[in-house]
Amino acid sequence: MQHHLILRVITKMLVGTIILFAFYVQFHGDFSPGGGFQAGVIMAVAFILYGIVFNLSKVEQVFPPWLVHKLVALGVLIYAGTGIISLFLGYNFLDYDALNPHHPSHGQHWGIMAVEFGVGVTVTGVMVAIYYAFAGRPPPMKDEDW
Amino acid sequence: MVATVITVILFTMLVLTALAIVRIYSLFAVVMLSGVFSLLSALLFVALDAVDVAFTEAAVGAGISTVLMLGTIALTARTQKKATRSGFVPFVVVAVTGVALVYGTLDMPNFGDPTAPASMHVAPEYMTGSVKDIDVANVVTSILASYRGYDTLGETAVVFTAGIGVLVLLSGLGRRRREDEEEDA
Amino acid sequence: MERLSDWAFIVGHLNYWMFIILMMTGLYIVVARGNLVKKIVGLNIFQTSVFMLYISIGKVTGGTAPIYPVDMQGNLQVDPSIVYSNPLPHVLILTAIVVGIATTSLALALIIRIREVYETIEEDDILKIERELSAKDYKEHGPAMGGRA
Repeated sequence: MQHHLILRVITKMLVGTIILFAFYVQFHGDFSPGGGFQAGVIMAVAFILYGIVFNLSKVEQVFPPWLVHKLVALGVLIYAGTGIISLFLGYNFLDYDALNPHHPSHGQHWGIMAVEFGVGVTVTGVMVAIYYAFAGRPPPMKDEDW
Repeated sequence: MVATVITVILFTMLVLTALAIVRIYSLFAVVMLSGVFSLLSALLFVALDAVDVAFTEAAVGAGISTVLMLGTIALTARTQKKATRSGFVPFVVVAVTGVALVYGTLDMPNFGDPTAPASMHVAPEYMTGSVKDIDVANVVTSILASYRGYDTLGETAVVFTAGIGVLVLLSGLGRRRREDEEEDA
Repeated sequence: MERLSDWAFIVGHLNYWMFIILMMTGLYIVVARGNLVKKIVGLNIFQTSVFMLYISIGKVTGGTAPIYPVDMQGNLQVDPSIVYSNPLPHVLILTAIVVGIATTSLALALIIRIREVYETIEEDDILKIERELSAKDYKEHGPAMGGRA
């Protein structure tokens, strides 16, 4: 895609905005539509767009595959870890009241933010990892033969 | 009434898209139409008050899944072969299944009925509890992350497992086997 | 059956029937089309129409999206006169969509592997190759290998 000048310029402008929007969707999910699942997908789209318009090796410099693979597992660990913490504080698994016993609804806010963050990290990691796996495969015919 | 009209219009467009997918042989067009289908269904979800679901469907169905399918047809084939078998037997199977499903809906409560069983049991508890216990404006978020947090943990684990599965299928084993063959040669 | 002439009953169930028609279109693609990518697209149509059926069960007439308004101090405004749709189906389907894309990508990965082994993604061709392979096995090893051919 090296000859598509307009696509490359627009992509450079859009990638930052998309990442910013992903963070908005992630952390504003308590008040408006959104949350970890959507934010994870939008965040992954930023990297996938960059990878499609430039190429796979460029995006792998920004977001190396080993880091992506770690993120896939990290998100589930954050989610399950929140549950383990409440377990150790003497509450039920994933009962966020444990995080602030004097003000349970604040504890709920912290808990929801933590697990949504875990979901977002895992979904970002999985989507980007899947894209890397698909794009890294040698194609049976060249682009020019389409 | 307006809602019903909007639903029927969107449904007509969805059916036309689906029929085009049935008939077209170019896989590129099929994949693009499936993206159109996802966007239309996201509109339908907005009309049915499910804004969170519409958001997810627009991001996932029209975005990621189109990209992945394009990646797949780039690695496999561009066109579908002409069907050799007649479509009559599948049509009969599908028609019988459809009639059975329609028969099943006859016992269901009317669309939008506030006294439907689905809206009577735990849903009102979630609606009031979300204000009292959790203090989160978006009830969908509070159910997703708090009331049914265990459920969502399971879903995250499923996404994780599917990601690992794709990695094993596409990037791990193949590369190792190619390297082994190079060593053997 | 006298209910079928009842206008309110028909309008109240029209939604479900529409989604069943869509569902059956998806099922037809899965059953009648041999191309594996197209089968996955059909499966996605089927899946999305199940989601629509599910969401339409949670819709309440005159209702709105289940998000409470927030005032400037960050307190939730609870107004009993506002009707909200049932949020529970939304939650179930929200997670189902993301799980759906994860499983779809697994299926697409399998298709890529099938193409690398069989050089085709048409179901008929794959079955033909499979039959030839098992016929060859039978000729070489006889019924000892389980005579599927």
